Amino acid sequence: MTDATQTHAPGTHPDLPPPLGNRGAIKWMRENLFSSPTNTVLTLLGIYLIYLAIPPFLDWFILNAVFDAGSRAECWERASGACWSVVIVRFDQLVYGFYPVELRWRVDLSAVLLAVALVPILFDKAPYRRGWFVFSLIYPVIAFFLLWGGLGLEPVESAKFGGIMLTVLIGVTGIVASLPLGIVLALGRRSELLVLKVISICFIEFIRGVPLITLLFVASTLLNYFLPPGTYFDLLLRVLIMVTLFSAAYIAEVVRGGLQAIPRGQFEAAMAMGLSYWKMMGLVVLPQALKISIPGIVNTFIGLYKDTTLVVIIGLLDPLGLSQSILADSKWQGLSTELYIFIAIFFFISCFSMSRYSIYLENKLHTGHKR
Amino acid sequence: MSEAAAHVMPQSQTDQVAVQMVGVHKWYGEFHVLKDINLSVDAGERIVICGPSGSGKSTLIRCINRLEEHQRGQIVVDGVELTNDVRKIDSVRREVGMVFQHFNLFPHLTVLENCTLAPIWVKKTPKVEAEEIAMTYLARVKIPEQATKFPGQLSGGQQQRVAIARSLCMNPKIMLFDEPTSALDPEMISEVLDVMVGLAESGMTMLCVTHEMGFARKVANRVIFMDGGEIIEQNNPEEFFNNPQSDRTKLFLSQILHN
Repeated sequence: MTDATQTHAPGTHPDLPPPLGNRGAIKWMRENLFSSPTNTVLTLLGIYLIYLAIPPFLDWFILNAVFDAGSRAECWERASGACWSVVIVRFDQLVYGFYPVELRWRVDLSAVLLAVALVPILFDKAPYRRGWFVFSLIYPVIAFFLLWGGLGLEPVESAKFGGIMLTVLIGVTGIVASLPLGIVLALGRRSELLVLKVISICFIEFIRGVPLITLLFVASTLLNYFLPPGTYFDLLLRVLIMVTLFSAAYIAEVVRGGLQAIPRGQFEAAMAMGLSYWKMMGLVVLPQALKISIPGIVNTFIGLYKDTTLVVIIGLLDPLGLSQSILADSKWQGLSTELYIFIAIFFFISCFSMSRYSIYLENKLHTGHKR
Repeated sequence: MSEAAAHVMPQSQTDQVAVQMVGVHKWYGEFHVLKDINLSVDAGERIVICGPSGSGKSTLIRCINRLEEHQRGQIVVDGVELTNDVRKIDSVRREVGMVFQHFNLFPHLTVLENCTLAPIWVKKTPKVEAEEIAMTYLARVKIPEQATKFPGQLSGGQQQRVAIARSLCMNPKIMLFDEPTSALDPEMISEVLDVMVGLAESGMTMLCVTHEMGFARKVANRVIFMDGGEIIEQNNPEEFFNNPQSDRTKLFLSQILHN
């Protein structure tokens, strides 16, 4: 390869492709998988572990699994793999809890409308975003009547709510309500008005100092002692409020961190222009502070979403609570692995979507400013 | 104007006076930053304030739009006395533009949005009109083609010119400059100074804290030297540079001019 270096007249050298093995998959593997002896050993070890784990898992998960048996006994007679029949037979219950079968279309409808309502909030390029946004604002009212009944719809007690529907209801309400409340608390904590500041600090520190379970117990039992006798206050509503307050305290601290990262000059420039406090915060400071806080906010939301499973302790039947009762059925006893894997997949999809959305948002809001 | 140290205007001329400071004192905790400042700035006057760091010159001009609060004395800006009254503060800030050392552009907004933010939200100018005004001023600072970019994509000199345009969009009567070129690379200083010279020629009332003595010679009506929170000396540029009266001024000028 002595004549590999061609000579070109100055200024006429063409753009050549990089040499083979220096680009594409080969380059990537060389750099990432086989860059050193240790790395090579680890790569081979990793491949061996995958080889050990994947085939038996696939065997159990799909190849030897049973999907259409009537009971556990039938499953185990037919094959040695997973018995997904339990999930399939009890699927409706895992999704709707004990919501009356003939009224479940209302849950479906509110789920579809939820998706519609979220689009203009999540994506700023949605067409007709303003009008659409009005719908997002009234959606909570629509959902309330659809789920609980009223206005001519047959009422459904919240004790019948359950399953994935309950998780989504608590999770989404908590997320949507705690963000604005958390922002207000964060601003309150940094306020120059002493009373507002003290109230915010007390609230945040009290809520953060107490486990969620305690608050849920307060919601389910203690609150009755404080309320005047005879007042009925829906348990689910109380739980929603407690979950919101709990998450708002954490959001407040995350947002406060973001606020502290905004340079003083930003406040000064906004003030020098004559912007009032709320305009300065709303137009200049919060857009930047919230952008910095996105990872922390989404982290809190994911935590909140998974913490909704704690409501099982005060007797609400989320998917985990329902799986207890399904497992108590003699037909399906002992199939906890299948049920838990199903629930795990549901939670993973929800939380992973939130995580991906937050990364999308961070990239979208990146404006090339050096920090 | 050989001995212009006492420059307090009589009250009858206040309609001509853009900024009037009488016996202004300020403390940061125990530290006495401004000591008995008496200063009157006529409409259309161009003033350069210089002095060693920590002399209180930035604090002085920041008192004029109430980014800093004075604790004693009286400050009247464009006929409005600055007190704790938020409405008065807001009305003064609408009339006073400020350019900062570190630009302080809003990084999450485009250049155009930076310029239209205050006109739209403070002056209630319709968006289309505000954008037209902004484009006029961006053209005046010679960067209309950067309107859709974000501040983070511009050079320091360009950012500072945007900051000037942003202030001008509010159509201020008075412009404050707080060391506008100190954070810039040397080759970018002149592009910002050129814009400031142009602004001075248009008759804007300007108070500039700067160490650009060339700029001071060229456009200032009056140069003020501050040290230790006091106005030590003020004079027209020619007298100030050629015939400084106080020893501290002489020392400062020798340090800054003969390095």
